[in-house]
Amino acid sequence: MSPDPRKTFRLDGREIPFREGQSVFDAAMAAGVYIPHLCHNPDFEPHSSCRLCTVIVNGRPFASCTQPAVAGQDVKSDTPELNEMRRSLTEMLLVEGNHYCPACEKSGSCRLQATAYALGLQDTHFPQFFPHRDVDASHPDIILDRDRCILCGLCVRISRTVDRKNVFAMTGRGIATTIVVDSPSGLLADSRVSRDDESVKHCPVGALMMKGEAFKIPIGERPYDKALISEDSVAQFQAREAAAHG
Amino acid sequence: MWREEAPPALDAVHEILGSHERDPGELLQVLIKVQHCYHYVPDGAVALIAEHLRVTRAHVRGVTGFYSFLSDHYLGEYVVYCSDNITDRMQGSTGLATYLCNRLNVKLGDTRADGRVSVHYTSCTGLCDQGPAALVNGLAVTRLTRLRMDLIAELINKRAPLGTWPSELFLVEDNFRRSDVMFRRSFEPGAALQAAMRRGGDDTLRDIQHEEAVDPSSGHAWRRGADETLKELYRSDLRGRGGAGFKAAIKWETCRDISAPERYVVCNADEGEPGTFKDRVLLTTYTDMVFEGMTVCGYVVGATRGILYIRQEYWYLKSHLEEVIARRRDANLLGRNILGTGFAFDIDIHWGAGAYIAGMETALIESIEGRRAKPRKRWPLPVVAGLNRRPTVVNNVETFAAAAMIALKGGAWFAGHGTAHSAGTKLFCVSGDCERPGIYEYPFGVSVREVLRDCGGLDAQAVQVSGPSGVTITRIEFDRNLAFEDLSTVGTFMIFGPQRDLFDVVCNFTHFFRHESCGLCTPCRVGTSLLANLVDKVAAGKGSPMDIAEVERISQLLKTTAHCGLGQTAPNHLIDSLLKFRAEWDKRMVTTDFVPAFDLDAALHEARQLTGRDDALAHL
Repeated sequence: MSPDPRKTFRLDGREIPFREGQSVFDAAMAAGVYIPHLCHNPDFEPHSSCRLCTVIVNGRPFASCTQPAVAGQDVKSDTPELNEMRRSLTEMLLVEGNHYCPACEKSGSCRLQATAYALGLQDTHFPQFFPHRDVDASHPDIILDRDRCILCGLCVRISRTVDRKNVFAMTGRGIATTIVVDSPSGLLADSRVSRDDESVKHCPVGALMMKGEAFKIPIGERPYDKALISEDSVAQFQAREAAAHG
Repeated sequence: MWREEAPPALDAVHEILGSHERDPGELLQVLIKVQHCYHYVPDGAVALIAEHLRVTRAHVRGVTGFYSFLSDHYLGEYVVYCSDNITDRMQGSTGLATYLCNRLNVKLGDTRADGRVSVHYTSCTGLCDQGPAALVNGLAVTRLTRLRMDLIAELINKRAPLGTWPSELFLVEDNFRRSDVMFRRSFEPGAALQAAMRRGGDDTLRDIQHEEAVDPSSGHAWRRGADETLKELYRSDLRGRGGAGFKAAIKWETCRDISAPERYVVCNADEGEPGTFKDRVLLTTYTDMVFEGMTVCGYVVGATRGILYIRQEYWYLKSHLEEVIARRRDANLLGRNILGTGFAFDIDIHWGAGAYIAGMETALIESIEGRRAKPRKRWPLPVVAGLNRRPTVVNNVETFAAAAMIALKGGAWFAGHGTAHSAGTKLFCVSGDCERPGIYEYPFGVSVREVLRDCGGLDAQAVQVSGPSGVTITRIEFDRNLAFEDLSTVGTFMIFGPQRDLFDVVCNFTHFFRHESCGLCTPCRVGTSLLANLVDKVAAGKGSPMDIAEVERISQLLKTTAHCGLGQTAPNHLIDSLLKFRAEWDKRMVTTDFVPAFDLDAALHEARQLTGRDDALAHL
């Protein structure tokens, strides 16, 4: 179903058409407008936890990934205030874990790193937390490095709804929240995870990675070495929309 | 940490599981029983529970890891949680906790080497008017003194069973200091329900009683009674007492009008806002009124199941609540045939396990469903798709009590009290520096000064209205009114006398939010920690104006981007304190520019440990 051309909302002064039931985020991306985001992957149910996609709808802040588009509403996204807040949220994610881009295999394919560049981050601003988190390298194919986890919950959601294995869950609370693996020992090695699972393919950062693939794609040729994440995300989203809705 | 020598026998786990349906929704209630039995959730129990309830081990571990009163390691035969609200602190709780630890020869947070005991802090236990308070193996002990701590240490050291401890330790008082029209008289069980049903016509009740097999939903008089009661609720203009003030009638009507095979009535007795204890008193002394309000709601919206979700700090009320429910069933005020009309409604109790966030309506529903108390996405609202994705009315304890009185006495009676936009009366939980702490009922619109005068706290320098998430009121604001039009409040009223250092209050509140953030969204999860670190830095005498600017910036970020009310209101006390008590911050500034939080010598500590050096050259 194509967007009803008579139904639009205003985003930063531009009229955006939308389909009934579409979120502000999805409608904006379909129209080619990038809204920064980390926990949302449009192929899966939104989660609204990273809060980067916060926009102002009729004067009030909402996460655009879970906010239904309504005809005539006024949405502000690309404003200095919101972009400043998005920078702060990204800085928070960077200091909360242990992220060392120069030594990380995910560099260049990492959505956190790419989003930080897209938002113009110069440094991480806040004092580092330097948490002690467990690395799980027990599995022959997959490594879980909790130091790099941003708690987006994508692996938890995908393992539940797509793989139907429920391999991942969250434990702890607040700043002590971490990923827990479903197995007798709590290690990946004796869990039901496998390298073909969707849950291990969509980690936006380097928390879930395949073993034996390091530097298969050379630095300089990785997705966000070649394109800005804003352009890349919009292009991917529009391709997906075209495939799904013609 | 104390370590078990051999895994414990799991017979009790089997027994607990045997008394629960094989339903994932039972998980939290099962874990609470296992925790009470073993004083932790043993690894061996995790697999059994997962298998029986058809959930994953990871889910069991995830839920265990979320709630403060569940633990994956052994805590000891006796587990003591000292209440860490600012009012407990003002009554000397920190000194007393240290004193108890010394008497027991145990380090705070650790289990003693013989596995006998551990002592911890916990968020406010709702006994602020009779603190300092603590929980011993889940039961509240009040009015702690050194003498009482000596006694508790002695009883623990000689391994006295809790049932043999002197009962005065566990005495919890209502301290109901002022009653107005709602709570002046005792409530006659059944009166409100009869009044509601009679609204269908003078002899509705008798008519319905004669029709044995009537389907309540199709009975004409039956429906008229429910509709007329809803009209009374509209007339009353009752607004939710949990803090948000949403109109109860709109919620009930929305729930009623959505087509669904089942709908639910949930009573929110999580009462986690520090300094709040009115729901405890209502559930102690006005229990029937609360349950009857829930039943009236079931009648109006067409629900057959009600759930009381209550915080575990009030575990000592368990047998009392169960007795009242059993008595109401015997009296046909609950069950399959209420008042002989064929109307079916029953109430279950669900216990919390230590999580402030569970007071948030959607997080509470997640918790009832046996999961981590994580707030849901903003839409759909619970009244549309709540418990089990069915239409659900979630109201506060006091709202249901008010609804019972409205059903009994009519909406006009209720609306005749209070102010234009805040009908009725409100319970206030008065604690802190005053002569008569306790519960005060006033019509909405009463001034802060009037409450202070009545409780003997007029020399206050500040009052925290509506808890840490609420608003800080200074002397020049004491003529402001407690009502939705001015100072909207859940009823919390903490008084700070002239001798108090208000920065201690700030520190306590900031740490509270760090402890209670659920961790779902970035700004709250990381922001509450950053704020606590900044406040600690200032308290440690390393403050600079840059830290204040940073507190202001992060506060704004939380208000705008946090997922739920917890994160959005967490910085309120900081913003208020910077606005109204700026001098408390300024006097702690050591420079006019910037002081780093980073301590170079302390940063070398880990390197010294790794190299095994501690000589002079290994220090700066």
